[in-house]
Amino acid sequence: MATMTMAKALNAALADAMLDDDRVVVFGEDVGQLGGVFRITDGLQARFGDKRCFDTPLAEAGIVGFAVGLAMSGLRPVVEMQFDAFAYPAFEQIASHVAKLRNRTRGALSVPIVIRVPYAGGIGGVEHHCDSSEAYYAHTPGLKVVTPATVEDAYSLLRTAIDDPDPVVFMEPKKLYFSSAEAELPARTAPFGTAVVRRAGTDATLVAYGPAVPVALEAAEAAREEGWDLEVVDVRTIVPFDDATVTASVRKTGRCVVIQEAQGFAGVGAEIAARVQERCFHALHAPVLRVSGLDIPYPAPMLEHTHLPSVDRVLDTVARLQWDDQPDPRWLPQGSVA
Amino acid sequence: MTTTPQAVRRASPRTRRPATPAAPDPTAGLLPTAEPVRLLNPDGTPLPPRADYPEPSVEALREMYRRMVVGRRFDVQATALTKQGRLAVYPSSRGQEACQVGGVLAVRDTDWVFPTYRESMALTARGIDPVEVLTLLRGDWHCGYDPTRVHTAPQCTPLATQCVHAAGLAYGESYQGRDTVALAFIGDGATSEGDFHEGVNFAAVFKAPVVYFVQNNKYAISVPLSRQTAAPSLAYKGVGYGVPSEQVDGNDPVAVLAVLTRAVEHARSGRGPFLVEAHTYRMEAHTNADDASRYRDPDEVEAWRDRDPVARLETYLRARGVLDDAAVDAIAEEAEAYAADLRERMNAQPTVDPLSLFEHVYAEPTPQLVEQREQVRAELAAARDSEGDA
Repeated sequence: MATMTMAKALNAALADAMLDDDRVVVFGEDVGQLGGVFRITDGLQARFGDKRCFDTPLAEAGIVGFAVGLAMSGLRPVVEMQFDAFAYPAFEQIASHVAKLRNRTRGALSVPIVIRVPYAGGIGGVEHHCDSSEAYYAHTPGLKVVTPATVEDAYSLLRTAIDDPDPVVFMEPKKLYFSSAEAELPARTAPFGTAVVRRAGTDATLVAYGPAVPVALEAAEAAREEGWDLEVVDVRTIVPFDDATVTASVRKTGRCVVIQEAQGFAGVGAEIAARVQERCFHALHAPVLRVSGLDIPYPAPMLEHTHLPSVDRVLDTVARLQWDDQPDPRWLPQGSVA
Repeated sequence: MTTTPQAVRRASPRTRRPATPAAPDPTAGLLPTAEPVRLLNPDGTPLPPRADYPEPSVEALREMYRRMVVGRRFDVQATALTKQGRLAVYPSSRGQEACQVGGVLAVRDTDWVFPTYRESMALTARGIDPVEVLTLLRGDWHCGYDPTRVHTAPQCTPLATQCVHAAGLAYGESYQGRDTVALAFIGDGATSEGDFHEGVNFAAVFKAPVVYFVQNNKYAISVPLSRQTAAPSLAYKGVGYGVPSEQVDGNDPVAVLAVLTRAVEHARSGRGPFLVEAHTYRMEAHTNADDASRYRDPDEVEAWRDRDPVARLETYLRARGVLDDAAVDAIAEEAEAYAADLRERMNAQPTVDPLSLFEHVYAEPTPQLVEQREQVRAELAAARDSEGDA
């Protein structure tokens, strides 16, 4: 066991994948000599040479489209989008080709590409550096969408993504890059489609993924003082989604709050909340609630904490889970009495 | 600042430095010729041979003629199938036979072709089953052929995106020690898309063996070339990427094959990509759903009839004594048989299986897709039961 950061674990996952499989090539903007702006590819070019890890022209559609061609030739490309919002120029390539080639060709041609996207905020980044873009990808059939919240999961899920026969959008919560934990590598925590109970509890379930997981865990600790024993489920892979683990937890606790950092409207949390109420309706003692970012463009750094889901906002939401079996007054028709 | 007498002193012949050799022209070899390369006149009479573009062999030209005749018949048949409701839509390439056939004749079976939706004729000329080529347009699936078997990417509908795939494929092949060339078809309108720029630029930077083949047929649906570019011609776009380029009379089959052959040789020799612009004309509307009379003058269309590439090659080959009536008749018969076979096979109603919708989304369906598949299976069973009751 050694203490390491998530950034180091991701770096180790790339290096180990390149060592195990000659077909793995890593490329993008500044990933070569510099090692990436977050140093996730640090040392890969020196170790594996500039054919295996290389810089490209500064063009995201080009990077992803190039990866499509490389995958067609039999390679296993892992590309880095430098920041969440910088990946938007690649969206056509991702949505129209990466996601669909297997389907369009009845399985004859698949493009197992990993698209790494450092995403979400909480780092004081200026505009266009903090978007939570996971819903765009999760809404696109043919893509797998994965986001780690722990150091060991970062390593394991990235190795699994590179081995996976399907394209994977690998969303890296950049505020967790330099979080550290004891980890033993090479770790293989769980296959795709497996959520995990990070903290067991009995009174309500907090469902979270990526950067929201530490917030959920902190809120669960704080909730003990309020007398609530909360369970925390880390989704890990948004697509494929593990309904079974989430459903089992909510059936047990009877209450559920879904937490995501992204803006809420039409987001992944909305999908999770809908799935939970469809599957757990008779076990629920309260409506499924959500805590999310506000429905605003990502704010300037000095205003980002107002936007981001906080422990207090999670606790306030947990308090609204109808513990006294009364309807939430804010949703009652005006003038009526509960 | 004051000026010293030395600074204003005129250079005398004695003080002039010895002449230095002129700096090499950095655009040397990159610019196209000012006029499109042409080896045949529109009437099929030959122009003087050119050392830079040797004429293809007689065998190659006879084969080109054969495939152009069959290709045109295929195109006419596909248009008819659309009118009969057998195809949802058909984008014709009639008039562009020299480009469609020349493109695929210039590459090997092991090379990769990246077609657009207008390349149906090119794909049949490449030997792909025409029913598989028309699957996309008939609508029973998207891509009807196995791209890995025929080394041909799915017909690309999103414009210019295939330009980057071609760069990646070609680079990946050379990376793995294979001498594969990628041939990317693209139209004039799509050169305005960002992915054309990114594709050519990536290919150039990575020295990927790609031939970018622009069929400039003058219109992007209704929008004329003047709204796509202010460049002298599309071939001039290459120099900005450091990519050698050429323009060719796209209705001159001999010139098209000669120029593409040289472009493919260039790419295969490890010198990076090559850009070819062919000046041609789409004789039909954009698709059967388009009305070209709203944006094209009938006189313009008529003028292009006089530059018909099939007649041009036939005249030339006959004059050279390598094509006679018997050969022309035999090829015409072959084309008729090809069309008849296609007609017959396309008249059979294809079977589609709704449950196949859940295959090939992922290597293994997700639990959510399994649930949806069961729902559809139940719906289908209920529909069958109610039909049985009726």
